[in-house]
Order: sequence, then C-alpha cells, then structure tokens
Amino acid sequence: MDNRKWREIKQQMGFLALRTSALIIFIILGILLYFLFVRGIKVINWGFLTKMPENGMTSGGIFPAILGTFYLTMGAILFALPLGIMAAIYMTEYAVQGKVIRLIRIGISNLASVPSIVFGLFGLALFVNYCKFGVSILSGSLTLGIMILPVIIRASEEALLLVPNGFREASLALGATKWQTIYKIVLPNAIGGIITGAILGVGRVAGETAPILFTAATFYTMKLPNSVFSEVMALPYHIYALMTEGSHPKEQKAIAYGASLVLIVLVLGINMIAIVIRNYYRRKKKW
Amino acid sequence: MILNKTKEKLLEWFFLAFAFLSNIFLLGIVIVLFKEGLPLFKDIKVADFLFGRHWYPTFDPPEFGAFPLIMGSLWVTIGSIIVAVPLGLGAAIYISEIASPRMKEILKPTVEVLAGFPSVVLGFFGMVVIAPFLQSAFGLPTGLNALNASILLGIMAIPTITSISEDCISAVPRGFKEASYALGANKWETIIKVTVPAAFSGISSAVILGMGRAIGETMTVLMVGGGAAVIPHGFLQPVRTMTATIAAEMGETAIGSDHYYSLFAIAIVLFILTLIFNIIADLIAQRFRKRIV
Repeated sequence: MDNRKWREIKQQMGFLALRTSALIIFIILGILLYFLFVRGIKVINWGFLTKMPENGMTSGGIFPAILGTFYLTMGAILFALPLGIMAAIYMTEYAVQGKVIRLIRIGISNLASVPSIVFGLFGLALFVNYCKFGVSILSGSLTLGIMILPVIIRASEEALLLVPNGFREASLALGATKWQTIYKIVLPNAIGGIITGAILGVGRVAGETAPILFTAATFYTMKLPNSVFSEVMALPYHIYALMTEGSHPKEQKAIAYGASLVLIVLVLGINMIAIVIRNYYRRKKKW
Repeated sequence: MILNKTKEKLLEWFFLAFAFLSNIFLLGIVIVLFKEGLPLFKDIKVADFLFGRHWYPTFDPPEFGAFPLIMGSLWVTIGSIIVAVPLGLGAAIYISEIASPRMKEILKPTVEVLAGFPSVVLGFFGMVVIAPFLQSAFGLPTGLNALNASILLGIMAIPTITSISEDCISAVPRGFKEASYALGANKWETIIKVTVPAAFSGISSAVILGMGRAIGETMTVLMVGGGAAVIPHGFLQPVRTMTATIAAEMGETAIGSDHYYSLFAIAIVLFILTLIFNIIADLIAQRFRKRIV
C-alpha cells in the first residue's frame, strides 16, 4: 500500500515537472511578446511607418527599411520558388528510390543546416565581388534565395505528395503523357500547399540578418533604391545597427523597439496568412 | 509517339537538373570557402590557427589564433543545450503523452511562433531586457555575456528540440506502452522506462540538430555575447563566437588580406562542424526509423 502511494506521488511530481517545462516555454513567449508590444507600440504611428529617418537616425520613420525588406524578400522568393517547385517535381513525380534520390536528399538536408553567416560570406565572395553585383538588392536576394531553397523544396514536395495517386492514374489512363498529367492535374491540385510553403519562406527570409550583412544592407541611405543594383536598408539590419552604431543610444533604442515590433508583426502575420491559406485549401479539398 | 517519348525523357532530365541544385549550391559554398580561406595557410600554420590563443587580426604583426573563438562557440552551444533540453524535451513529452487536445492546440502554435522569431529581435530583447536583469542580479559590470547568449540560443533551440522529439515520441508504437501497462506500470513509469528510452535515438538526433542551430546562430551572439576574444572561464564572462567574429569583422577587412582570408577560414571550421552535427543527427534519425518501423 505504501509502495503504491509512493509511486503515485512520483507520478504526480513527474507530471508536474513536464507541465512546468511546457508552461515555462509558454511564459517565455509571453514575456517576449509583452515587452516588444508594450514598449514598441508607443513609438509606432503612421509617420513612423511611412517617413524617412531624420536627424541621423534619432527620429523620423523606418519606411526605407520596410521597403528594403519587401524588395529583398520578394527577390528571394522569385528566385527560389520556381527552382524549388521544379526540384520537388522531380522528387515526387519522377524519382525512384535509390542512390540518386538519397544523394539529392543529403544535399537538401545539408544545405538547410549551413549557418546563415556562411551564406553571407558565400554571397559576398560570389555575387558581390566575383559577379560584380556589388552590395545590392540583387546580391542579397540571391543569397537569401539559396538559403531558403531547402524550405521551398520540402514544402512543395509535401504539397505534391498530398495529391492522391488516383488522380495521376486516371489522367494517364485517359492517354495523357506524364508531363500533361503533372502540368494539368498534379500542379493545380497542389498549388495551395505550394503557396503556403512560399509564404512560410517569406516569413523566414524577412527576419534574416546575417546573410544580408555584407551583401545588401546599409545602415543609412538618404535615397530609396532605384534599381536591383541599389543597396538598401532592411528591417532586421536596421534593428541591429540602431543598437550597435550611432551616438544616441536612447533615441535609437526607442526606434529599435518600434522596428522590432513591426518586424515581429510582419513575420507572425505572414505565418498566420500561410496557416489560413493552408486550412482553406484543406477544407476545400477533401479527397 | 516517338517524339513524345523523347520529349518526356528530356523533361525528366530537365527536372533532375533542378533537383540537384541543392547539391550544386552546397558544392559552390565549399569551393568558395576553401578558395577564399585556404590562402591564409600560406602564412600561418593550420595548428597555429586552430589552437593559437590570441586573435589579434589588426595588430602588427597580426595574430590569427582562432581557439578562443572556437571555445566561445562551444561554450554558448553547451549553455544553450543546458537551457533547451530540459524545457524542450519536457514540453515534447507533455504535448505527446499528457496534454489534453486543447492544451495541445495552445502549445503547438506557441512552439511554432517561437521558431519563427527573428534572431535579431531575440538579440535585441537580450540587450534591453535580459542584460540589465543579469547585470543587477549578479552585480556585473555588463550583462552581455555567455549566460545571456546561452539563454537566447536555448530559446532558439527549443522549437527544434520540441517538435522533432515530439514526433519521435508520438511514433513509439502503442503496443510498447500497452505491454508496460499490462505489467502494472503506471503512466509515469511507462513514460520514463518505456516510451522515452524507445524514442531515445530520435530525441538525441533532435538535440544534435538543436546544437547545430545554436553553433551557427549569428545575430543573437553578436549582440549579447559581449565580444571579448578570450577563452571563457565561466558563463558570466563575455564571449565571442566564430559567427560573431565573421559578422563583426568582415565589413572592415580588405579583400585579399590575411584578415579577409582568416574569416573565411573560420567559416570553414564552422561549416565542417555543422556538417558533422547534421550528418550525425541524420544517421541517428535513420537508425531510429529502422528500429521503430
């Protein structure tokens, strides 16, 4: 009897420990969001979002940084999405299990594990210096695009795999070629999942700093970018620069709070849009 | 008909080329790192670089001992694991074995949101919230140190550890647990003695992936590490990691200088370390899948 009681107590304590660790993670996120919202919201107003920085970064808005992040993100997705979809088409529609596909998977998994700063160096040596694109939207977008390629491939692959095999077989049975089947049947049915993956990729790229440190970003420029060869301000880099450069830490910290909140809302908002789209397509397509 | 067949074959080759892009980019990264990093070793011995204790790249004569940077990276990586494993694994067990469906619906998005947090924002949070807290709690001259970096990297590693561990724990066959209950074990004993050991290899692969993420992370350690390139002796001292060194110094180097080469050489070390972490994690995960299925 005593033994059973002791075992019951141990179980309760164990459960308590597990519950506590889950609770702590929840609290950590709560604290993060609380501080960023409460202190960031004070700074944010319409002018903050739409005006140029003023007085050497101590007042004014962050519009060029928002615009720069938009350009870089769009560039990266435009580059990575077509490549990722085509890679995924091979993986799901053509490949047979074997050495080739294993080699490809090793490539994807290891590319995904390369530290972001290494992508930055790669972009600096290849795009900025060797290709002579300079510190520019183009160099930054290509670097970011290569970095998220594994994310896009995996998401597209999942989306293509969700299309039931019966669809493919029915199309082939009607005399369509494999390519016609992919183009007319598989891709249209997978498009929701592919879009979701692309949007998740956008959310990831928008917050990245290390890859654009030497390839695209600049702390301060008075003019907005006018071509893909312009250097740009970017939200994540702006936060870093505000905290580490300049001579007015107090004013700059306030702006950094605002910029952080904008970035967080942007990234989380983008992720939420992706989830809504995913749910929409899931509900629409009940196979 | 024959034309169609050639066309189909050509298309297959076309897609195959794209499938190999990841490998090509990976190879490109290796080539670039070695091409820009190896020239350093014309002037400096590999052993002096890896084990040299002084990183003074701008002195005359300069010294390129990367040992303090490598140790800095290892310190914060181990620190992050100490923070992330108990929390991340505990949460994973809780989510997969104990939590009600409603709790799951709250906790899973929590972990996902944490995973999506930009590292620069976490670094900012470390500077403005955690650093002042540590400073007053421990009576330090500055709160920018290895502990601060470890906490933030731990927060970043939690989503990786939690989501992969949870998948592995959920994959343990029900028969294992039922056999344990049939022998009279209660739920806690089953979790500790049957479920978690059965998922152990999957969990270790999750932890190694988390470590890979921590060692390659740049912005947080750059912002809160404190930046001193000395071998750390404790968590309350400032550190400078390999990633932070590259990020902080690349902007000031001249292309083709030894300093420039040395930062690429650090990147080679970093790249090889993360590659090893990733390969080990992959191998363990494969073994897990074979044993469970």
